[in-house]
Amino acid sequence: MSEYNFKEVMSKPERLAPGHRMCAGCGATIAVRAVLRALHEGDQAVIGNATGCLEVSSFTYPYTAWEDSYIHNAFENAGSTLSGVETAYKALKKRGRLPEDVNYKFITFGGDGGTYDIGFQSLSGAMERGHDMVYVCYDNGAYMNTGIQRSSATPMYADTTTTPVGSQSNGKMQNRKDLASIIADHDVPYVAQTTMIGNFSDLHAKAEKAIYTEGAAFLNIMTPCPRGWRYDPSEVMKICKLGVETCYWPMFEVDHGKWRLTYEPKKKLPIEDFLREQGRFKHLFKPGNEDLLVQFQAEVDRRWEDLQYKCARDN
Amino acid sequence: MAIRERMSGNEAVSYAIKQINPDVMPAFPITPSTEIPQMVSNYIANGEIDTEFIPVESEHSSMSAAIGAEAAGARSLTATSSAGLAFMWEELLLAASNRMPVALALVNRTLSGPLNINCDHTDGMGARDTGWIQIYAENNQEAYDNFIQAYPIAEHKDVRLPIMICQDGFITSHAVENILLLEDDVVKKFVGEYTPEEYLLQPGKPMAVGPYAVSNYVMEARKNQLIALKNAKQVILDVAKDFSEISGRSYGLFEEYRTQDADYIMVIMGSAAGTAKEAVDQMREEGHKVGVLKIRVFRPFPAEEIAEALKNARAVAIMDRAESYNGNGGVLGCEIKAGLFQKKYMVDTVNYIYGLGGRDFTVAHTMQIFHQLSDMVENGTEVEQYAYVGIRN
Repeated sequence: MSEYNFKEVMSKPERLAPGHRMCAGCGATIAVRAVLRALHEGDQAVIGNATGCLEVSSFTYPYTAWEDSYIHNAFENAGSTLSGVETAYKALKKRGRLPEDVNYKFITFGGDGGTYDIGFQSLSGAMERGHDMVYVCYDNGAYMNTGIQRSSATPMYADTTTTPVGSQSNGKMQNRKDLASIIADHDVPYVAQTTMIGNFSDLHAKAEKAIYTEGAAFLNIMTPCPRGWRYDPSEVMKICKLGVETCYWPMFEVDHGKWRLTYEPKKKLPIEDFLREQGRFKHLFKPGNEDLLVQFQAEVDRRWEDLQYKCARDN
Repeated sequence: MAIRERMSGNEAVSYAIKQINPDVMPAFPITPSTEIPQMVSNYIANGEIDTEFIPVESEHSSMSAAIGAEAAGARSLTATSSAGLAFMWEELLLAASNRMPVALALVNRTLSGPLNINCDHTDGMGARDTGWIQIYAENNQEAYDNFIQAYPIAEHKDVRLPIMICQDGFITSHAVENILLLEDDVVKKFVGEYTPEEYLLQPGKPMAVGPYAVSNYVMEARKNQLIALKNAKQVILDVAKDFSEISGRSYGLFEEYRTQDADYIMVIMGSAAGTAKEAVDQMREEGHKVGVLKIRVFRPFPAEEIAEALKNARAVAIMDRAESYNGNGGVLGCEIKAGLFQKKYMVDTVNYIYGLGGRDFTVAHTMQIFHQLSDMVENGTEVEQYAYVGIRN
C-alpha cells in the first residue's frame, strides 16, 4: 500500500460525479467518494448498490452519476448480485473473453437497512463464499430512504419514526447489532470499521486494503444523516469526529483475523458530546433522563473495552 | 447421429446444460429440481465442463446472482421448484425488466400449504405475470429439446428476455424414459456463443443497470418489454424450425393431437398430456371424435392461435393443474375463454382442476371428462363449469 498523500489523493478524478441528488451534509456521499479514491488509476470497477438513498439519488433514469459500470438490482441482494458479477468476471477471464491485462474490482454499497437487516443473508452468503469483492455498508443507523425507521444499526434511545419518543417511550429499546464483528466471524480476509475524520487517511487506507486484498472484504463506515440524526448539514465532519473521540464509533480493522485499533483517542470524550449534537437524542437531555445517559455511556464503555481486549490480545 | 439413451427429465436437462457449457450457474437445492445443480456440479468436478457454479445461500440469491452475471456479459442459468421460485419472485421481475436472457430450469411442484413436494403448476402459474417466457414439456425428450432451444430464443435481439423451461416434478423429472440426444458439437453450433452488445465488463465502456425511474418513463419501459415478449412468439417458431433441422423433431406454440375433426378437445399442459393422448387413442378406436391440444408455450400466451384451433369443437375441456383462487376458474381456463370470446367463438368449455399436489390423473379420468362433454352437448346434461377432478366428497 502506498504512502498517503492527502493532496494527491484528493486531486484524483471523481468516480461519483457531481449532479447526483443526495442531501447536503450527507455522510454517505462523502464515504462513497472516499472509497472510490482508493481504486488505483487504470483499474476498472463494477459498483453494486442496494436500493436506498444512494441508489435513487445517483441513478435516476436517464442519468447516472457513476463513472464506472454500476448495477442496482434490489434492496436485499447487493451481496449476491455482485457475487454474480464477480463470478462472471472469472468466467469471462478464464474463457479469454476479456483481455489479460484488464483488472476489474468489485465494490458494492448498501445502507444499514440493506446490509444489517434485509440484505443480511445475501451479504453473509457472499462473504462466506469468499467472492473477491468489497461490501461497503454506509451506516447511518436507520432506514433513512423510507423516512427514518429504526434498524438493527440504530443505537439505543434514538428517536426514529418507528421508535418515536413519547410519554411511554424513550426511543429505541435495543442496542445496536455489531455487524463488523459478525462479518469478522465469517473469517473473511479483511474487515474494517471507519468514518470520515481528519485527512481521511484512515478511510483511504482501509478502502485500499479492502479493495486490494484478495477475497471478500467488508467496510463499515459511519455516515451521519442530517435528516435522521437532525444536525446542521455543515456539522457532518464534526459529528464524525465526536463519534470517534467518544468511542461510540471506534476505528479498527480485522486483517486476516488479527484485530487492531487504528485510532485511539488521546482523551475519551463523554458520550454526551456526541449525543448533544443530534436532535434524535434531544430527549436524553431532559431533566429526569440522566439515567438513560448513564446507560448509554455504560454500553459504549462495555463495547470499547471488549474491542480493546481483542486488539491487545492480537498485538 | 442421434444418441439413444435412457434418462430422467432432470438428467436430460443437466445433459443439455453440459452440452451448452454456460458461463455461470448459481443455484440452491429444492426438491424435485435438486438433481440438476448436483449433476452440473459433478460435471464441473470431473472437468467435463468449466461453468462457474455459485453455491448461493437461497433462491433469492440464485436469481440475483444470475442477473448480476448476465448483466456482466455471462450466459447464466439456475434451476428451482416451488417455494424456490416463489422466493425469487421479485427477482424474476427484475430479470425480465432488465432484459436479462437468463435460463431457468423449472421442475414444477406445488406450493405450501400443506407442505407437499409433488407436482402441480402452482409455481409456474404464480410467475405468470413476471415477464418470463415459459415453455412446458410433456416428457424428458421435450425438456431436453426445449432447454437446447432456450438460449437462441431468450438471447435473440428482438427478445432479450429470461426463459423458463418447465417440466413436471417427479413425473417427468425423476421417471426414466428413452431419449434421443444430439451430439455435443451439434448442440454447441446450434446454441452458439453469447455475444451481448452491452454489458458491465467492457473495459472503457461503463454502463449502468437497474435505474430508478419516475412515472414519466415506467409505462414506456413496460410497453417495450411487452413488445419483446410478443416478438418471442415468432422467434420461438423460428428456433423450433431450425431445431427440427438438427433433430427431426418439430415444435410449435402448442401441439394438436388428433384434433383435426374432433368434436371434443381437451386442452392440457405438461406430463398429463401423455395420459390424455392415450385416452384419445383408445376412444378413437371406439369411434369417438376426440383430441388433445397440448400447450407448449404458456408465455407469451398463444390465445388467438388456440382460439382458432378450438373454434370448430363442440366442447372443450380446459385442464388446469393449479388453483388460481379467482373464483371463476384456473389460469388456462380464464385465458383460453378470454381468447375465444375475443374472437367471438362461442365454444362450450368446462374448466377442470386436476392433479394438485401430485394427485394421479389417469386415462379413466380423461375418458370421463370426454363423456361429460358429450353428455352436456348431446343430451343437454348440466355440467359443473368449474370442477375438481377425482376429488373426494
